[in-house]
Amino acid sequence: MINKKVANVQEALEGVSDNMTFMFGGFGLSGIPENSIAELVRLGTKGLKCISNNAGVDDFGLGLLLQGKQIDKMTSSYVGENDEFERQMLSGELEVELIPQGTLAERCRAAQAGFPAIYTPAGYGTEVAEGKETREFDGKMYVLEYAFKADFAFVKAWKGDAAGNLVFKGTARNFNPNMCGAAKITVAEVEELVPVGTLDPNQIHIPGIFVKRIFQGETYEKRIEQRTVRAKAN
Amino acid sequence: MLDKNGIAKRIAKEVQDGYYVNLGIGIPTLVANYVRDDIEVEFQSENGVLGMGPFPFEGEEDADIINAGKQTITTLPGASFFDSATSFSMIRGQHVDLTILGAMEVSEDGDIANWKIPGKMVKGMGGAMDLVASAENIIVAMMHTNRAGASKLLKHCSLPLTGVACVKKVVTNLAVMQVTPNGFKLLERAPGVSVEEIQNATEGHLIIDGDIPEMDL
Repeated sequence: MINKKVANVQEALEGVSDNMTFMFGGFGLSGIPENSIAELVRLGTKGLKCISNNAGVDDFGLGLLLQGKQIDKMTSSYVGENDEFERQMLSGELEVELIPQGTLAERCRAAQAGFPAIYTPAGYGTEVAEGKETREFDGKMYVLEYAFKADFAFVKAWKGDAAGNLVFKGTARNFNPNMCGAAKITVAEVEELVPVGTLDPNQIHIPGIFVKRIFQGETYEKRIEQRTVRAKAN
Repeated sequence: MLDKNGIAKRIAKEVQDGYYVNLGIGIPTLVANYVRDDIEVEFQSENGVLGMGPFPFEGEEDADIINAGKQTITTLPGASFFDSATSFSMIRGQHVDLTILGAMEVSEDGDIANWKIPGKMVKGMGGAMDLVASAENIIVAMMHTNRAGASKLLKHCSLPLTGVACVKKVVTNLAVMQVTPNGFKLLERAPGVSVEEIQNATEGHLIIDGDIPEMDL
């Protein structure tokens, strides 16, 4: 077994520095690497270029890095729900590249899988495709989109082991598996680090080869963005 | 004239047995409430779930189980979770049978704009561009006019496009229309709405062919 376990978040984030490009898993606030984000806030790393589907909310998730003006550029598909984000974007402090969600996922996956680029139909004929190479296949038009290049990928899983194997829960999975191995260094934080050999190899979502460092997060707030419930029928 | 629930109720009639359906945020989400009980349908949410169920009971909500609107949800027997790349493989790969989404504008050519108002609102396209670029069957659910009373069914969209020549059908508070090579073909009127009212609220070319029946809700 090749050991990927590090003692804590400090060790997991060794080597992060200003002006790097980071990937962050998560959809909304679900499945975000809370502990890694908190440590980046503590470190005060600046000039970051972040690849993440969303930008958190004002006081949680990547919103915390925005508050500290640590982010220079965001590449996302949807950035509502965040006033500070909007303010920084409109004032020009923050560079924002909005791309289709499936393109975001596939540019991660391409980086993970060793493809330099992919062709997608998403965005053809819109401003997203402006200046990009396009090509026709079987009568339909596609846009060339390049694989991401990132220094670190920060992902969050439900369970993991020292071999770096990961298991996700529910829709907290989202972009996390696609970002594993898509950056130079993949840091996985898990709610529960279990002894090697206890995860069923048939049930592993991401094999440890895609993960460089793994640690158990100290705490998880797991904040709910839109709490929607129904009344119990009598 | 229909309210939002009325629009959802009418669109629910387009959902057929055996369909995998992607519902957008807003009016489309309401469609799930009106799908017939005697057919089998699975709802896909782009954040990675197939087989979405209703909202959870109070106290049973789970931060790890949400829909694309970030609302807490439940799953039904037979449901599955998957990563974002797999989710969009279902969408771009045309495995989803029906896509229902909202719009700010639709053109008579079937172009759709729903992600950006330059200088005012820039939230992003989320999964909408992937959905409209690939889906065979796209229904737009929206109000016929905007808050200022201007038509949202136009000759050409004025806002940045989400997709080109992709919308197949539009259901509004006033009417059901098919997008054809010649324009919006009026299929049905909302209860109590005249053809003239629909015509007046439609800037794009409206094709009125024979008697237009009232919707059967």
